[in-house]
Amino acid sequence: MSIGPALRYHWNVNLLGRAGLRWVRWQAERRVKRGAHGKSHILTPPLKISARTKELIGRHYLKGRYANLRGKVAWVTSGAPIEFLKALDFYLLYPENHGAVCGTTRTAVDICAQAENAGYSRDICSYARTDLGTMLSCQTPVGKLPKPDLLLTCTNICQTVLHWYRVLAHHFDVPLILIDTPFVYTETTDHSVAYVKRQLEEAIPIAEEVAGQSLDERKLKEVTRLSKLASELWLELLGRCRHRPAPISVFDQFIQMAPIVEMRGDNFTVDFYAAMLKEVDERIAQVIGAVKNERKRLLWDNLPVWYRLRYLAEFLGRHGVVIAASTYTNAWAELTPKMDPERPLESMARTYMYPILNRGTGDKLATMRQMIDDYRLDGVILHSDRSCKPYSVGQMDQRDRLIRDFGVPALLLEADHNDSRSFSKEQVANRLDAFIEMLEV
Amino acid sequence: MSKIQALGLDVGSTTVKMVGLDAEGEMAWHFLEQAEPLLENQIARFLERARNVTGPLDGIPLVATGYGRGLVNQATRTVTEITCHARGIYRELGHGGTLVDIGGQDSKVIGISPQGKVIDFTMNDKCAAGTGRFLENTASRLKVSLDRMGPEALSVSDEVSISSTCTVFAESEVISLIAHGVSIASILRGLHRSLVKRMVSMILTVGLTPPLMLSGGVAQNPAIRQMLEEETGQKIILPHYPQLMGACGAALFALDA
Repeated sequence: MSIGPALRYHWNVNLLGRAGLRWVRWQAERRVKRGAHGKSHILTPPLKISARTKELIGRHYLKGRYANLRGKVAWVTSGAPIEFLKALDFYLLYPENHGAVCGTTRTAVDICAQAENAGYSRDICSYARTDLGTMLSCQTPVGKLPKPDLLLTCTNICQTVLHWYRVLAHHFDVPLILIDTPFVYTETTDHSVAYVKRQLEEAIPIAEEVAGQSLDERKLKEVTRLSKLASELWLELLGRCRHRPAPISVFDQFIQMAPIVEMRGDNFTVDFYAAMLKEVDERIAQVIGAVKNERKRLLWDNLPVWYRLRYLAEFLGRHGVVIAASTYTNAWAELTPKMDPERPLESMARTYMYPILNRGTGDKLATMRQMIDDYRLDGVILHSDRSCKPYSVGQMDQRDRLIRDFGVPALLLEADHNDSRSFSKEQVANRLDAFIEMLEV
Repeated sequence: MSKIQALGLDVGSTTVKMVGLDAEGEMAWHFLEQAEPLLENQIARFLERARNVTGPLDGIPLVATGYGRGLVNQATRTVTEITCHARGIYRELGHGGTLVDIGGQDSKVIGISPQGKVIDFTMNDKCAAGTGRFLENTASRLKVSLDRMGPEALSVSDEVSISSTCTVFAESEVISLIAHGVSIASILRGLHRSLVKRMVSMILTVGLTPPLMLSGGVAQNPAIRQMLEEETGQKIILPHYPQLMGACGAALFALDA
């Protein structure tokens, strides 16, 4: 790295940016101390650590803004085996997470329109449309996204990413690594693990060439160890919601999951979740619930409705309903035991084949059933996400089985994770109201 | 008239209905009007009418339901039309089963337990397919009055297939059929079949637990009743006032208070 760009990066990110974000965090912490969030009689104010979450996310995108000055950048899918890229010192940008930021800041529809105007159908995933819209227009609520030097996509979350990343590769004219993960109907086979591991082995030289350095195995083990540690803490955190009242709801989890997705493999992510666990345990000791008057507990299936998090949390909270668990946030926790820092490539191959979206629908039903028991839940909301077909397929049958075979009330709620044009507020409210009445809250 | 002890107001998208119950929960009074754009004014007028019948409304509990329930400031409580329809029909028929409610703006299928509780429900998608509006829209295009639609459809045996369940696209399909010289009655029959098939797929989503019951304004249409029986193979049970079941249920909740 030459001196000029390095200095610019250091000045903007480590000096100016860091100080600015600290200031914002300090102000946010003061607001929490002053009780500025404390007026709601429905929901407990956000965790104190939320100010730090905001700082972490802000810092991640700030680093991204100047990342092209400092080193190499890879754009990766949310479920991609990123540990080898992290060990090669790539800055990792997750277009799906960036999409979620656009969703929560309600800028996604405008950005999607940029992609739609260029001819991309509205039937394509709204994350893909958000990303392609940003690619075409540079519109983003985070200032600026770095240009990729490498792309890594993995089919363990969907098939859309195959085509989406080919568009990115064509647009940016950079190498694309594709990791194909065979679908797991019941159990994976040694042959499948070997197949994925081989692909990783073949991917490494491509990444090394782009990075201009060789992969250090010790560093890879260390990154895998940090990934595992953070995932273990995330698993513990989610497990704390088995308590009544649940100390945090899934709406908190949806926000707090950003680091486990886009900052796994970093040591500060481990510290962050350790601190969060401590605060959550304090809540449990003081019998503080996310919903002040918790009466019923639900499971959420599928992605969040990013642009309506607060609305849904308050709507349900008003009736004493907390969503204590979700298959979505659980996806970054349940695979923790499969990670083995001593055998990084093999364990990565195995781990990344098992996300919920790469497993059979019957297996997903079994996961839901287990979570209902573990978290002592009274019902399920299945978000039928217009954008995420692999997550939504099978939900009709899963709903039927939950009701008929297990006697668990279940509601199918139609929306979209990022495109608010597919969300009808009145109809959603009516269905939720009727469902809550059915639960006899 | 026996003394009214509780009131239920169902502010639907097409009609507004009000029911007064006596102390035994029997319907003592009811009133129905087409919904107007300024619902607040209409609600005030409904309350005025109720006042004329019962005297001062102070102390008489009122529960509101329907899409406009949030506009009824005088309500002691609001309850969704799903729960209200189930309560109303259970009170009248005395058994559980599968209730199909075809309203003006939405349709729902409600699974009711033998004890009268809602155990499952589904509502139509985010469009007018399978709702009263589907028939209303095409009725106006064909210049047939709503109450004549059913008998007209049943007056012929020829039936054309309307492939679109989308209200707007069905209308263009109808225009094209008229241009091809197809009789209005055959088109009407096809339209009814299209709506009923949409309803059957919703019934199957919840699962058909007999008996099959029907409520909502569209229940008055004989072609819908007949075709629903044909398609499901089940005899349909109708309450006396299918349109008032929601308001009745609301009034029963008011009576609990």
